[in-house]
Amino acid sequence: MAEVKLFRTWSSPFALRIVWALEVKGIEYEMIYEDLSNKSSMLLQYNPVYKKVPVLLHKGKPISESLVILEYIEETWKSKTPSLLPEDPYQRAMARFWAKFGDDKILPLIWEAFIKQGKDQEEALVAVQENLKYLEVELRGKKFLGGDAVRFADLAFGCLANLVSVFEEVTGVTLIDREKFPLLLTWMQNFMDAPKIRDTWPPRDKLITKFRALRETLIVKEPK
Amino acid sequence: MANSSSTDVKVLGAWPSPFVIRVRIALNIKSVKYEFLEETLGSKSQLLLQSNPVYKKIPVLIHGGKSISESLIIVQYIDEVWNSGPSILHSDPYDRAIERFWAAYVDDKLFPSMKLINTAQGEEKAAIVEQAIEGLVLLEEAFQKSSKGKAFFGGDRIGFLDIAFGSMLGWLRAIEKMGGVKLLDEAKTPGLVQWAECFCADGAVKGIIPDTEKLVEFAKILVKMKGAPLGKN
Repeated sequence: MAEVKLFRTWSSPFALRIVWALEVKGIEYEMIYEDLSNKSSMLLQYNPVYKKVPVLLHKGKPISESLVILEYIEETWKSKTPSLLPEDPYQRAMARFWAKFGDDKILPLIWEAFIKQGKDQEEALVAVQENLKYLEVELRGKKFLGGDAVRFADLAFGCLANLVSVFEEVTGVTLIDREKFPLLLTWMQNFMDAPKIRDTWPPRDKLITKFRALRETLIVKEPK
Repeated sequence: MANSSSTDVKVLGAWPSPFVIRVRIALNIKSVKYEFLEETLGSKSQLLLQSNPVYKKIPVLIHGGKSISESLIIVQYIDEVWNSGPSILHSDPYDRAIERFWAAYVDDKLFPSMKLINTAQGEEKAAIVEQAIEGLVLLEEAFQKSSKGKAFFGGDRIGFLDIAFGSMLGWLRAIEKMGGVKLLDEAKTPGLVQWAECFCADGAVKGIIPDTEKLVEFAKILVKMKGAPLGKN
């Protein structure tokens, strides 16, 4: 009976954050795949508030919300290097800030651009680019957001590495301009290929199919 | 980090903001003297725009020239820097995960649903009020589990979740008054009713949470300015 279990779906980018954290720190765990259209009684029991993945189960105790889980992993397996967060309180605050920025601004704006069309989509894309500028600046002189290696903020943004190209293929629209965001694009490639990360990506063709279907059902028509 | 002159620590904020209140309570717990720089409603100071260029919002903590934004991140920073003072977060990682989870719930679910009560009417309002109360009942359960019979989520002393949720009490009362609704009550959330009293009476909190009347007046000003009683701060 594994001490650490992770409830995930095959595609959830939030659950992938936890896979990455566990892999990077070399923590043994068991993966339990959920079908969100048919949630297991375990998932409902362990995350009654949101009924979502990821949920980490450690010695029978559940933790939900991906950034909360990342902090828990960092604090529980203190001796397992590498540390995902720096020692210095200000640097820690900055790592947490960028991670939250991803969840509060970048990812929701990308989602808006994904489900909209025409002028609405254009506006959403402008907002995405405006906010991505901060990441581009943050990456100056660094290979990763965490410095030389993948750390907390990288895990938070990591899903961009595979999902941006899926977005662009499904919508037919450029999300990240190659000329305006050279550092961000390099970071995405570095993250994609990073050790412990590179073998975790969900199959791209399956993602394309899924997001294509999702877009079809969710697409917000422009008001006439 | 035990000694810091008051000019070393600045808080950019405004008296009505529950998010700013969190930072002030945390600094009070650690007995840290700070300079409170109040932003004017309707305009943003140069210092704010410089120190929080991403969001341009309060609160911002400026410590030794470095700026930190996002209230819950600031509170954790305060806990880590002034680590000789009373702890704000629990020491056990699982307890910390629980308080972080519920603090995020307050921000992501509870406070947004409370704010909607002001603008909603009729059936929609009733539904939103019910949703807010359901959320408070969840927090009541969390309180019973965390407090283990003590006064606060943090136990004997105010902790992270007390601050995250308690900072909202001024607006909770104002919303109750403006909306003619009862959100915390003896029947559904008895623990929280008691907790709210203890929280507001605590030495680190006293004088920081504005009077309900003042907030109701302020909400009226906001409606005039923006057409909505509670804009995002």
